[in-house]
Order: sequence, then C-alpha cells, then structure tokens
Amino acid sequence: MEIIEMGALALGSAIRRREIGVREAAESYLDAIEARDGDLHCYNTVCRDEALERADEVQKGIDAGVYTSPLAGVPVGIKDNICTKGVKTTCSSKILSNFVPTYDATVVQKLHDAGLVTLGKLNMDEFAMGSTTETSFTGATHNPWDVSRVPGGSSGGAAAAVAARLAPVTLGSDTGGSIRQPASFCGVSGLKPTYGAVSRYGLVAYASSLDQIGPLGHDAADCAALFAEIEGKDKMDGTSMENPKFDFEAATAGTLRGKTIGLPADYFGEGLSSEVRAAVEAAAKTCEELGAKVETFPMPIVKYAVPAYYIIACAEACSNLSRYDGIKYGYRSEHAENLMETYVKTRSEGFGMEVKRRIMLGNFVLSSGYYDAYYNKALKAKKLIQQSFFEAFEKYDMLLGPVAPTTAPKMGESLSDPLKMYLGDIYTVMINIAGVPSMALPCGFDKAGLPVGMQFIGKPFCEAEILSAAAAFQQATDFHKQSPQQD
Amino acid sequence: MEWEIVMGLEVHTELATKTKIFCGCSTAFGGEPNTHVCEICSGMPGTLPLLNRRVVEYAVRTGLATNCNITRKNKFDRKNYFYPDLPKAYQISQLYLPICRNGFIEVKAADGGTKKIGIHEIHMEEDAGKLVHDEFSDCTLVDYNRCGVPLLEIVSEPDFREASEVVDYLEKLRAILQFTGVSDCKMQEGSLRADVNLSVRPKGQAEFGTRTEMKNLNSFRAIARAIEYESRRQIDILEDGGKVVQETRRWDDTRGVSYAMRSKEDAQDYKYFPEPDLPPIEISDAFIEKVKAEMPELPEAKKRRYIEELGLPEYDTSILTSDLAFVRLFEATEKLCQSPKDAANWIMGEVMKLLNDSGTLPEDMTLSPEKLAAVINMVKAGKINRGTGKTVLEKVFSQDVDPETYVKENNLAQITDLSALRPVLEEVIAANEKSVSEYKGGKTQAMGYIMGQAMRALKGKAPAQEVQKLLHEMLDS
Repeated sequence: MEIIEMGALALGSAIRRREIGVREAAESYLDAIEARDGDLHCYNTVCRDEALERADEVQKGIDAGVYTSPLAGVPVGIKDNICTKGVKTTCSSKILSNFVPTYDATVVQKLHDAGLVTLGKLNMDEFAMGSTTETSFTGATHNPWDVSRVPGGSSGGAAAAVAARLAPVTLGSDTGGSIRQPASFCGVSGLKPTYGAVSRYGLVAYASSLDQIGPLGHDAADCAALFAEIEGKDKMDGTSMENPKFDFEAATAGTLRGKTIGLPADYFGEGLSSEVRAAVEAAAKTCEELGAKVETFPMPIVKYAVPAYYIIACAEACSNLSRYDGIKYGYRSEHAENLMETYVKTRSEGFGMEVKRRIMLGNFVLSSGYYDAYYNKALKAKKLIQQSFFEAFEKYDMLLGPVAPTTAPKMGESLSDPLKMYLGDIYTVMINIAGVPSMALPCGFDKAGLPVGMQFIGKPFCEAEILSAAAAFQQATDFHKQSPQQD
Repeated sequence: MEWEIVMGLEVHTELATKTKIFCGCSTAFGGEPNTHVCEICSGMPGTLPLLNRRVVEYAVRTGLATNCNITRKNKFDRKNYFYPDLPKAYQISQLYLPICRNGFIEVKAADGGTKKIGIHEIHMEEDAGKLVHDEFSDCTLVDYNRCGVPLLEIVSEPDFREASEVVDYLEKLRAILQFTGVSDCKMQEGSLRADVNLSVRPKGQAEFGTRTEMKNLNSFRAIARAIEYESRRQIDILEDGGKVVQETRRWDDTRGVSYAMRSKEDAQDYKYFPEPDLPPIEISDAFIEKVKAEMPELPEAKKRRYIEELGLPEYDTSILTSDLAFVRLFEATEKLCQSPKDAANWIMGEVMKLLNDSGTLPEDMTLSPEKLAAVINMVKAGKINRGTGKTVLEKVFSQDVDPETYVKENNLAQITDLSALRPVLEEVIAANEKSVSEYKGGKTQAMGYIMGQAMRALKGKAPAQEVQKLLHEMLDS
C-alpha cells in the first residue's frame, strides 16, 4: 500500500518496524502536497525543510528508543489557529497574515515530544468563523470529493487534507462543529473532545467557553491515537482537566454490544435532507445489529441551540478579537493618522465580512441595555441544554444523530445566505454548549457520491466510549475506507 | 446656604506579590521597558491567564482586616475597552461577584469622635501597562512591565463628609495594607491610587447631588487640596443657579485646578461579561481560617499591645503605628535598647525630624534599628550627652556611619573621669579672672558665664552638673 493511503497507526507501526523511514513518510506527504494542494488549498503554510530536518531527528530518536509513541515519526498537519513557534499562524486572516508566534501551543509541544512531524498549517475559515472554509483570507479549500464543493468548516483544510491523503492525521478545532462538520463533508473521522479534555493554551481563541482542539483521521482508531497524545490537564490552561477515564485500549476496542443509544427525535425533523436521514437511520440499524439498544427520544431544546450558540460565541469572539488592534503585532493600516484611525482602519481592512458580522453581533448582545435580553438569556438556554443532555445520559450511554442537515454544498452558496449557513450548525453547536464529546464518522454517501456523516455524542470525559463505538461501526462497515477519486 | 460635601473613594492598590496575577513575570517596579513581559501578559494570541493564588489570599486578608464578608464562589469578568496599554483590549476584573463586600474602617470624625466608613466592595483585577511619550521622536511607546501586576480595587460607600475623614481613611487603609503585607503602598510609584467621587447638597437634604469623579491624585496633600477645590467649584456653580455635570475630572496638582476629562455622555460601555478562561474560585472555610491564623498584627492590635505591654502613652502608639516603617524600626530598636519609651521618643522626635528635613519617605529610610539603638544606648549610659546623640544620629541618617566608631574617631565621648576636669577648670578660672573676682565679690550671676566658658573648654563632653559642682567646690572655698 502506498504510504499516504496507510493511515496514522499503520504508518506509525511500519516506522517502528523500520519498514518505512521517518523521512520517507514525510517526503511522501510533502510530495503529495506539492502535487495536489495547488488545486485543493488545504495548507496555508507547508514546512518542507523544517519537516525533513525534524524527520531525521525523530528517526534518530526512534532508533535510540527516545520516541515510543505509536505515532512516533508520523506526519501531522496543524490547523492554522494553533500556535507554532517560529511558523506563521494566521487564522486565515489578513490581520494575522504576518504573525509568527514566539511559543508552541501545548498540543504542538505534546506532539513534538511524542515524535510527530509537522507538515504545515492548515487552511480554515477566518478565525474559525464559518462552515465552509470560504471565509479564509488565503482563499477557499476545495472538497476533494468534488472540487466545486466546499469541504465544510471551519477546519476545512484539516478535513480535506486527511481525505485527499495530504496528511494522515490533523489537528482541528471545534467551537460549534468545526471538526465534525468538515469531517462529515469530507468523509473522514473527527473527534470533538469534552470541554477541558485538551489544553487550549496556544489555540487562538474564537469562543473560549466552547473551543476545543481535536483530532481528524482516516478512522476512529487514528483519532484515538492522536487524542491520546494531546489530552490531559495542562497547568497553562485553568479550564483543562485530568481525564482518568481515558484509555487507548478501551477507545479502540470496538464495543457497541450492550450499549444503549438514544436518537434525539429533534435531530431528525424538518430541514434534514432525506438522503442524510436515510444514511443515519441505516447506521442506527447497523448499531442494533452490532448489539446496541437504539431508541428515539424527544429533545425539544434543539431549536434554541443555534440562537444561544451565536449569542455566546459572538459575545466571546468580539472580546477575544479586540486584541487585533494594529498596535503590537499583525496587520496595521498604513492610512491611519491617529490612534482612533489606527484601530478603525486596521480592523476594517484586516478582518473579513463574516468576522466583522460576528464582532458586531457580539458587541450588540453585550451592550448595556441588551445584555439581559440576549446574553443572559443565552446563558439560561445553555443551562437548559446542559440539563437536557444530563437527563438524556441518565437513560442512554450515548446519543447518535446526523452531523449536518445536508452533504457538502456548492462553493459560493452559503456565504450569500448566512442565516441558512448558521442553521446548518443545528446538530453540532449544542454539543459545544453542553461541553460533551462527540465523534463524527462517515456513514454513507448521497446520490452525488458525497460522504454523509453521523456523530456519537458521549457523556463528559467518555471519549473512550464513543471512540470505541465508532471503531465497532467501522469494523463492520467500509464507508471510512473510501477515498475520493484522484485525477 | 449651608452645604454638605458627600464623598466616596475608589482606591487601587498594587499587591506585593512577587509575580503577576496571571503569569510568572516579576512585578518589580522599574526595570528596562518590556523586560518583565511574557506571551501571557503581553496578550499574545492563544495565551490564557493562570490565576496566582497568592492574589486571592491577599484579597481575603484585606477583606478580613476591613471587616468584610468574603464571597465564597468567586468569578472574574472581562471589562472591554481599547487602549494601547491594554494588550488584550480587555481587563480581567470582577464585576458581578467581587471577593469582599460590606466592610468598614473606623476613622476620626470631624467632631473628634469616631465614625465608620463603609466598604462597598473589594475586587481583584490586573493593572495595565504604561504609555511613554518620546518627545525626541514625537511618538508614543508602550511599556508592558506593569501589565498584569495584581490590583485590589477598594470601593467605599459615599460616607465621607470632610476632607479630614478622607485623609484619615486613606492613612488607616494604607496602614492596614502595609501591615498585612498586601501592598507597599508607595503612592509615588503608583502602588496606591485614589479616585474621589464628590457631590454637594444643601445641608439636611436627603438625596445626593450630581457627582464628579476626580483622578490623578498622587499624594494625601493633593487629595485634600482637590477636595477643597472641587467642593468649592460645585458650590459656586449651584449658588449661581447652574447645574453640576456628571463627569470625570483630572487634578493638576501643580496648577491646583481640576479639568474635565470626559462626561457621562462619553462614558464607555465596557460590555462586561464572565471571563471564560478562568474557572470559578471556591473559597473554603479552611482557607479563610488559614488566612486568619496567618494574619499579621494590625495597627489597632499593635496600639493596644504597646499600651498594655510596653507602657507607652496612647499618643505615641498612634504615631508609631501610622507607618509600617516606624513600627519595624520601633519594635527592633525597643528590643535592642530595652527601653520602649526612649525608642519611641527618639523615633517621634529626631527620626521624624530628619525624615521631614530631608524629604525622605519613611519606607525609603535606611536607618537601621541597630544603629539607632546604639545611639540611644550611648546616651542612656552617659557616654555621650543628648545633644551629641542628635549630632551622631544625623550622621548615621545621612551618611550611614557607625555611631560608636564615629563617637570614638571624633572624640565625642563624655569625660567620665572627674579628676581630668580639675586641670581644665583651673585653666578656665585663671583665664577669667574678672568674672571670678566678680563672683567671689557676691555677683552670683557671674557663675553662669564661667560655666559657659568651662563647657566650651570641655567641648560639652562633661556632665554639666558635675562641672558646676566642681566649680563651686573650687571657687566657694
């Protein structure tokens, strides 16, 4: 099998057996990127020289027994909102187009310590705001299954790179579905961990109370392996927590037998495309055949999820993005005559439309006189959403539902109708508000041959359980083994 | 019409923690610009705050020392505004759940009694950086060294009616902050800053007038002057039939006037919301008990102890406990010289005079208790007289000389061997024949002159009583 078709754990295993060299692995991917990324634009920055140099170091480390991780020597792509020391971290925004961090994010440090080799930085929606990767200042990423379609977003580069075999595994971030939705559109697997399971230190914040870094890969086992490397309490992130329940063996065991799975009825209501519904319902049947008990239950709170999400996320975003003011780093307008103009022009010229829209929305909902009507109400909705998940998990081990109402739309369709784009997040944003983990994986294809995704939603810190359920499903199916036709 | 002034204070104090509130950078004052700075306090993308637990401890200490209720479940909030000295464009502060509430400090009332000034709340927050305007290149530069230095904001109730109450409150508060070790309270370094909210109303009226807020008050003296100026300004406006505008005013101490900075209409909407990057902080009973147990002795307790155990008059204890520098000097000196009253007298007299004359602040004093005690002990033992003692102390104070060596080298010690006096006095008698004969002729006043000549010859190093006794002995026979 070609190196780039292998997947992360298989490649790591071959590297450990000295069947494949670390440099050889990195070169295979770098060559593939060079050949195909011109069309797809998964990467904002490719670190060819650094990667090859690092590959040689890691090879020595593996030979010396320093690196023992199952992923030692495996290449990895990093979403461009995760800080990498000495390598540009742009968030796909003009305002950070020249920003080079002076430090590594905790997850990057952890991957470095485990001996993974960074290939480069992956394209995304600007500041992770968007569901298509079209809001990127560097240009849109194309869906490898159909280049006229979007890869989803905001981790579009991270998902498309795995689908197009331009990285075996990638790190994305998920604030309202930004790992799971592109994973679904691109036919790959992706995990949104429990809030606090992975350190956010070094993740450029969009909405701090919702952001989580997570892995994308060919299958659940690869995601489990990458998650195992990055999870855990970090002293640099006060909101991170130890997860004593996580165990890699359990996460890859492949267990659905005896599990009770709830299907939220409101995940299958109006707005869901019939093809997606059919694929997810068929997958639920497969779960039953694999020994799970599946049951539909009402979850009416779903309709409040999107408005609550956009209020909370935008409120935090307008504050988080205020630091891009042209004073300290990043883009500064050349046309400013004084301090106020520096702020106004820098931010007007430096941010794209979608980011500006969310900054304005956030400022509005936090304004005195509106705070109670919007922000406080959204916090109340958050409590109710958490409560309904808590109640659901008293009955079920996990929930199962679609990731997105449709398969990947055509490029250009979404930006003209932002409200429609926001409603497309209906099945994913609730999970971030509740802070629970969710594993997205492919479960079929529509008539156009585009992947359909579903998600197993788990109890807090029960990543192992949903990863294992996904692994069981993948042991019985081959949707995840399909890859887009290459020209 | 008789007017009443109503005032409330907002005091910011920088905490004496070694490191900043949300990162490990040093809080030391000064330092080359941007050398006490890291990714976190300079607000680099992706960084997160990490709470310094010592700040919570100091806040609780301050709350307990000012009779506050301690909030058990604490949260931080973001105060959003743009300014170049604020690298994140928001300040992490506490709006909704401040750590301390409903306390008070007792002050001297204008009528001579005591009065409780309510403390509305105390909250924790981070300081901003500093803008430095470079005249030479006509540009403004930012120094982030101060960014993230922990602050407590202590907000009083509008309970003040006289400037003297404000000054006494600030002195008491400063002593509490210093004694608890929470802050060094150096006003000139900005580690204690006070804003005064002031309004006036006709005496007897229940509702408050429109208030203004005064900033940039850098000394107790400036505060008293600014209060006088602002209350006069408001009364003049009202007496002329005008209306006071709610606004923030800046005090210019050199010119002795304040001017408007921004009015209520320009007031910023800070869009406070809960800080998502910091988990709530739970304060347990055990934590509060621990803080209580480790609480250093406060000014009031010290006063009582000085009166009861050391036998000092109340007046002395008030002065000594007005500044931690005096307390430290007094307590160590008192032990070394075994005489609380002597130590107190020397500090209240000579030391304070030297500080005043040289314009030195108590906290900048280099005088060590060992050297002060050495001077006191020499005087007590009669080795030098009090006047020489003052001279020596002045040298110690200004040049940090060793008192004993100084006395020896300058030959200042008292002549204790009385037999050594007689030859000197014989010379004096011989040289002042006229006065001596006048004295012997019954003009007793002449003795004063002879005494003076004798002391001059002895360079003041002999006990006057002994000299006089000996002179009488020599002349009266």
